[in-house]
Amino acid sequence: MNPRRQRRLAAVGGIGVLIIGAVTLMLFALNDNIDLFYTPSEIVEGKDGVKPSVGQRLRIGGMVVPGSVSRDSDSLEVSFTLVDTGPAVTVRYAGILPDLFREGQGIVATGVLVDTKLIEAEEVLAKHDEEYMPPELAEKMKGIKHVNPNEGSNES
Amino acid sequence: MWKWLHPYAKPERAYHLCHRLQPYLWWPGVLALLTGCIWGLAFAPQDYQQGDSFRIIYIHVPSAILSMSTYVAMAGAALVGIVWQWRTAFMAMIAMAPVGAVVTFIALFTGAAWGKPMWGTWWVWDARLTSELILMFLYLGVIALYGAFEDKQQAGKAAGVMALVGVVNIPVIHYSVEWWNTLHQGATISKFDKPSIAPEMLWPLLIALLGLALFIAAVSVMRMKNEIIRREYHRPWVKALAASSVGD
Repeated sequence: MNPRRQRRLAAVGGIGVLIIGAVTLMLFALNDNIDLFYTPSEIVEGKDGVKPSVGQRLRIGGMVVPGSVSRDSDSLEVSFTLVDTGPAVTVRYAGILPDLFREGQGIVATGVLVDTKLIEAEEVLAKHDEEYMPPELAEKMKGIKHVNPNEGSNES
Repeated sequence: MWKWLHPYAKPERAYHLCHRLQPYLWWPGVLALLTGCIWGLAFAPQDYQQGDSFRIIYIHVPSAILSMSTYVAMAGAALVGIVWQWRTAFMAMIAMAPVGAVVTFIALFTGAAWGKPMWGTWWVWDARLTSELILMFLYLGVIALYGAFEDKQQAGKAAGVMALVGVVNIPVIHYSVEWWNTLHQGATISKFDKPSIAPEMLWPLLIALLGLALFIAAVSVMRMKNEIIRREYHRPWVKALAASSVGD
């Protein structure tokens, strides 16, 4: 390689290292803000020492505790409990739940923290995992009975 | 070691290489893409959770993976162009940019169409979706910057620097689902672990991925040929080529 090319390669490499450094620092600084949601234990115990305050708008993401879903019989109101590994947080919501919503499912809800462990949600989104398998295999491996999201009720 | 590559710095040699490669990329690409899509969309089993809706994976995942691969290829061409000052490398870069932008758009669009029925929303500003959107803006930026210069060698250099800088976004896209909590799920096949998908669903996905890769290469090679002809139309070899093709 002739010296001019070497110089250009070194310049490109140098700029590359600087940019990678700058972006890494930026992402570290923004780390908490890039997370889409708080987990229930972060809401109760705080995240990096900062607890979300009552009245704050936030997103929560966790698993729906089996047996915790209770529906109002005359309206669309529903309440359920979310957990990750620690304490649970209750979510109240009035509206149509996504098709994938069921007990044991990962859920992301946007709303206002009205009490230390209670969220009034205005949007509920379902999270699904990266595993794909035919229903027969799922039944064999996980003991999950296939629920076609296009038909049937959400109560499993 | 790289000596064999040097002749292709000449546009004429690069053109003939592209011309020879084109059928080997185009026909297997179309065939594999059709096989993968028909197999995946019609014959693969339903998913236990998502039913038939999961089938959009056969378009979404190949386009999402290849939007990143195409970007890396484009940035590689930009590096060769900047360091070795090859005109053909910049031509390859600008040939790939619109193809990559369209593939990125397909990934974003199919992702939104998948997100609405499954997650319950078209769009959410999580790390994965946002970084993929930035990827599309990077492609558009490279195209726009290249188009803004009259002198195409200058244009190649400026757009090339932008393409190289944007490479930093690629690992961010890939690891976004691990570094931060997102609505988007983790990687299914592009990980060192065993893929988290049943084999009868995985095969059509891999075939569709291969097909789209070859298809993108074929379209890029065709665009590269056009770019060379456009830039070299006054050269004798292009005139000879035009004269011979009129005779056909």
